[in-house]
Amino acid sequence: MTEDLLISLIHIVVPILIIAASIVAIYLKDLIAAAIAVAAMSLLLSLEFFILQAPDVAIAEAGVGACLTTAILIIAIKSTKRMEDEA
Amino acid sequence: MSGMSKIVKTITSIAFPFVMIYGLYVILHGHLTPGGGFQGGAVVASACAMIVVAFGSIWTMKKIKENQLSILESIGAIGFIVFAFLGLIILFDNSGIFFKNVFANSVYLFGQSVEYASTTANINTAGTLPLMNIAVGLKVIAGLFVIVLVMAYASNKIKERGD
Repeated sequence: MTEDLLISLIHIVVPILIIAASIVAIYLKDLIAAAIAVAAMSLLLSLEFFILQAPDVAIAEAGVGACLTTAILIIAIKSTKRMEDEA
Repeated sequence: MSGMSKIVKTITSIAFPFVMIYGLYVILHGHLTPGGGFQGGAVVASACAMIVVAFGSIWTMKKIKENQLSILESIGAIGFIVFAFLGLIILFDNSGIFFKNVFANSVYLFGQSVEYASTTANINTAGTLPLMNIAVGLKVIAGLFVIVLVMAYASNKIKERGD
């Protein structure tokens, strides 16, 4: 009973954190900080896939989303501008 | 820019083998446990990306060229399609179908039958599926690693030129 309650609580908390990380990634002007926020969103999404009992999707999301995409984004930001212009 | 500080290099040297072994485990046990060629290949490519970030792209480019990675990726693709066409060869019994699992329940590699009852999972089963997982893993490792490596190397070259 308590385990079911805990799982339900995680199912409520983790999507809220995913949405919060996505909104933070949109509003940050420092692009490296935005890339880190996207990585946090991807890691939380991987956790959500795992507690929805899809472990292979979780492994793929953790490998591609949280690690490789962040590396590619940070390499691209380092060779261009770091701060976003005020539009 | 030849890599990051000594602390990052040491920690990367310690963590790299564990990540690599985990990725190869996910690839090789693709027919038994969650995961498979793509997932394990993404984990191994993450380990290689960690090497690129810690030691610098110039150092890594001295160790492995992008032509070799391109050849590795082509070997993975050709291996997958060869294992798929193996089902069409009349040499094996019950064959003649594209993607037919000809090695299952045979005397060849990965050819043992799966036992009924709750035994420990036998890795030496499932026919061509583990071989296809290895081929897909090879392709994913080479493809994802060459993206990170070439992007880091090209951005280094741009910075050296003075833009």
